[in-house]
Amino acid sequence: MVKLTKRIGGLVLRLAAFGAALAALIVMITSRERASFFAVSLEAKYTDMAAFKYFVIANAVVSVYSFLVLFLPKESLLWKFVVVLDLVMTMLLTSSLSAALAVAQVGKKGNANAGWLPICGQVPKFCDQITGALIAGFVALVLYVLLLLYSLHSVVDPFLLQKS
Amino acid sequence: MAKLALAATSGKSCKILLGLRLLAFSATLSAAIVMGLNKETETFVVGKVGNTPIKATFTAKFDHTPAFVFFVVANAMVSFHNLLMIALQIFGGEMEFTGFRLLSVAILDMLNVTLISAAANAAAFMAEVGKNGNKHARWDKICDRFATYCDHGAGALIAAFAGVILMLIISAASISRLVQPNKCCSTTASPSVVP
Repeated sequence: MVKLTKRIGGLVLRLAAFGAALAALIVMITSRERASFFAVSLEAKYTDMAAFKYFVIANAVVSVYSFLVLFLPKESLLWKFVVVLDLVMTMLLTSSLSAALAVAQVGKKGNANAGWLPICGQVPKFCDQITGALIAGFVALVLYVLLLLYSLHSVVDPFLLQKS
Repeated sequence: MAKLALAATSGKSCKILLGLRLLAFSATLSAAIVMGLNKETETFVVGKVGNTPIKATFTAKFDHTPAFVFFVVANAMVSFHNLLMIALQIFGGEMEFTGFRLLSVAILDMLNVTLISAAANAAAFMAEVGKNGNKHARWDKICDRFATYCDHGAGALIAAFAGVILMLIISAASISRLVQPNKCCSTTASPSVVP
């Protein structure tokens, strides 16, 4: 009974992480805004910044991986491999989130020393959608850290309760 | 003294892990130091009044960019963590399996892997914007004027990425030591080797 609730808890966590990563992916892909000033019209898309492209790719990889692990049978020996892969996915998520945050912060506040002007004044809806995607990415990261601790606990027996 | 030497050298996997931790410590420490001391001052001609050019002095420092500040702080933290783990492995070899030591080492290693990967990637993407500029957002590149600043930053980034790969291997090794707890320093448990 305890094992069943633990397994259901793990499945729910992974489903939530899959949903969050997918949401971050979709919100960032659909962020697009056209603005015009001084008779120049420019369009802000997520492909303008390399960091946002990396964010989309990383969240896509994490979503596909979570979806596949949802269907892994309980008795499979691959669960030991899932621990290391969970660590790699957490690394991917945190690196893509922090890269996108660093670039988005320059877009919002600018960088006075380098002469870079903030762009959020001209394309506010684009900025809001990017913020939403980053929040969803942060939620996915927190869920993945919890998942990592969960898979460590269920596979590795970290409290050394069974002396071999 | 002999117990110290025995704790440090017993088991080939222990020696490899210790060597990896030393490498990761030196890589992240050098990344933090090189980026922390990164500074360049240049004077440019910004205009002309009549026939005399006006010069202005500009400085490029690491703390102008929040991503680089995070990079320095995170690298310092990870190198301190590695130093702590090295000291624990050399001086605490007998208490290997007491309490939650193996578990806390594994969890701390995992947290530090995510920290160093986040810092290295944030700095890498900010450096890419600085090197290539961004014509959509009308941001000029700065590497053509501050070449030494960019070179030093690139060196620090390479050291940090080496640290990322090393920390990933170390974390995988710590997790696998949770599965087989008798792999390392097992000779210190038996009383016959105490001199």
